[in-house]
Amino acid sequence: MTTETLSNQAESIPHHLLAEIEESVSHYPVSKRSASLPLLHLWQNHFGYIDESGVDWIAAKLELQPINILELITFYPWFRQEPAGKTIIRVCRTLSCALAGSYELREKFCTATGVDAHDHSHGFGSAPPTSPDGKFSVEFVECLASCGSAPVCLINDDLHENVALDEVPTIVTAYDKE
Amino acid sequence: MVSLIPQPHPKERRLIFENISRPGWANDIETYLSHGGYESLEKALKMQPEEIINMVKAANLRGRGGAGFPAGIKWSFIKREDGKPHYIVVNGDESEPGTFKDRYILHNDPHQLVEGLLIAAYAVNVNLAYIYIRCEFPHAAKIVWNAIKEAKAKGFIGKNILGSGFDCEIYVHQGAGAYICGEETSLIESLEGKRPYPRIKPPYFPAVLGLYMSPTIVNNVETLCHVKHIIRLGPEEYAKMGTPGDGGTRTMCVSGDVMKPGYYELPCGAVTLGELIFDICGGMKPGRKLKAVIPGGSSAKVLNVDDVFKMKTKAADGSMVETEVKMLDLVMDAASLAAAGTMVGSGGVIVMDDSRSMVWALNNLNQFYAHESCGQCTPCREGSLWMSKMTTRMLDGEGTASDPATLKNVADNIAGRTVCAFGEACAWPTQSFLAKFPEEFAKTASK
Repeated sequence: MTTETLSNQAESIPHHLLAEIEESVSHYPVSKRSASLPLLHLWQNHFGYIDESGVDWIAAKLELQPINILELITFYPWFRQEPAGKTIIRVCRTLSCALAGSYELREKFCTATGVDAHDHSHGFGSAPPTSPDGKFSVEFVECLASCGSAPVCLINDDLHENVALDEVPTIVTAYDKE
Repeated sequence: MVSLIPQPHPKERRLIFENISRPGWANDIETYLSHGGYESLEKALKMQPEEIINMVKAANLRGRGGAGFPAGIKWSFIKREDGKPHYIVVNGDESEPGTFKDRYILHNDPHQLVEGLLIAAYAVNVNLAYIYIRCEFPHAAKIVWNAIKEAKAKGFIGKNILGSGFDCEIYVHQGAGAYICGEETSLIESLEGKRPYPRIKPPYFPAVLGLYMSPTIVNNVETLCHVKHIIRLGPEEYAKMGTPGDGGTRTMCVSGDVMKPGYYELPCGAVTLGELIFDICGGMKPGRKLKAVIPGGSSAKVLNVDDVFKMKTKAADGSMVETEVKMLDLVMDAASLAAAGTMVGSGGVIVMDDSRSMVWALNNLNQFYAHESCGQCTPCREGSLWMSKMTTRMLDGEGTASDPATLKNVADNIAGRTVCAFGEACAWPTQSFLAKFPEEFAKTASK
């Protein structure tokens, strides 16, 4: 554990995040519990991951037990309890992309970013394999629903399609500069 | 995003992609309104709700998410005046490998979905609807939120819509990376903020005990888009585009080893599988031959190019005769693919050529299902992992001659023994790949 993961996220919630949380809760007039996923998304988007204080805070906000929130983090692949790289590269692994070379593509991204290509430890809330400088995470994800333009990857919020192996260094450099 | 080929193939008929094909098309409401946008909603709000449900029934619209249930019949399960709140949840959790149409619609024509959803909401008496979008589509979620805002500003969403007395609010809800949430009861659990374990049917049919234990309709994005066109064209004209029992058009997503993968919108049953691959998608890559096709998303049973099916068809004198149909001559509609033992499913066609190992392809899918099993039911949780481990070891040269039989045994013991259809979805690829390519599996296993 780094010192970063020991910090208490719930003590530093900015006003805009609080406002977004309130807005989100208002979308579920029948049951506040429905706001669990939206709140986890808002939290992770802001802090980069969800620490224990986040679990407690969200649970209290929605009048739930912390386990009701934790069990979501450990179920859904999207959520993590540790920081990931500043840029997250999610390469689609599933059939149509694999036919178009996604396994080679993932390796190429790992080489270009310094991420250990043999690290398959991701899951159950842990961070995806991350480069030693903390700039990049690279992981395989299941079908990204863009099979007609395989191979594809999702880099942060942007979909990259028909990605050629020789484009990888240029793509990585562009995100490195951001 | 890879776009639609602007000039449709002569066999294509674009309804869902009609707007997107227009030169200079943009996804804002002004553009939508200038091309007849929300006119179907206006028309629908002047009709009796029952009339709309009957139109959707008469149009023979089948759900476009995979299961292919007739949409009008699904809607008629809701008793409009039962005094309970009703909900519609749009399934935009598109995650079935091989399927990529909803992404395209959400990004490029979000108002088409909003309009179809509002018509459906009026028909089944819904005042609160959610559009569930997978979180891997962050831009789509923003675009749909914006469309909702625009529609609200114009009075299409909110209180007393267009003076009809009908109220409806719509919100976007984002998933978090789990394929299982595309299963309708799992999606409902997810929307309730719980671990998305599917619910058992009976009793939890969404139309009876759905979201917040109230009657709920879960419809796929494309399905709701079709509703607008049924109102616009009338059910007769819409239905006759397709085949009896499978009306209108269907968006087909073709991927894999063809020259022109992408989106094609075809009247249901208008083309054969051979025409789709060779005429519309430009055929196979140079020097390659067709080997296998998964016709309706990864869960659909695979077809071998050498397959010949015995099917009952109607002769000229009206009597039923048995004819032989080759794989490439299979008509792309729900009934024909079902008769061939597979399904048109979500319209995701994955094509593989003669350079591909079927054990490798199945292993890829087995890894997908092992990763995505929610873990609620033992046969699926354990079986999907065993199948994945077995095909992996076959590929690693560590298989044994008995592996194909063991693999089949595992698959046979998942299907039919789980709470939801994921059990079938993960067993069917293994069962069909083994049945269609037995020699290849035997050879790889004992290598």
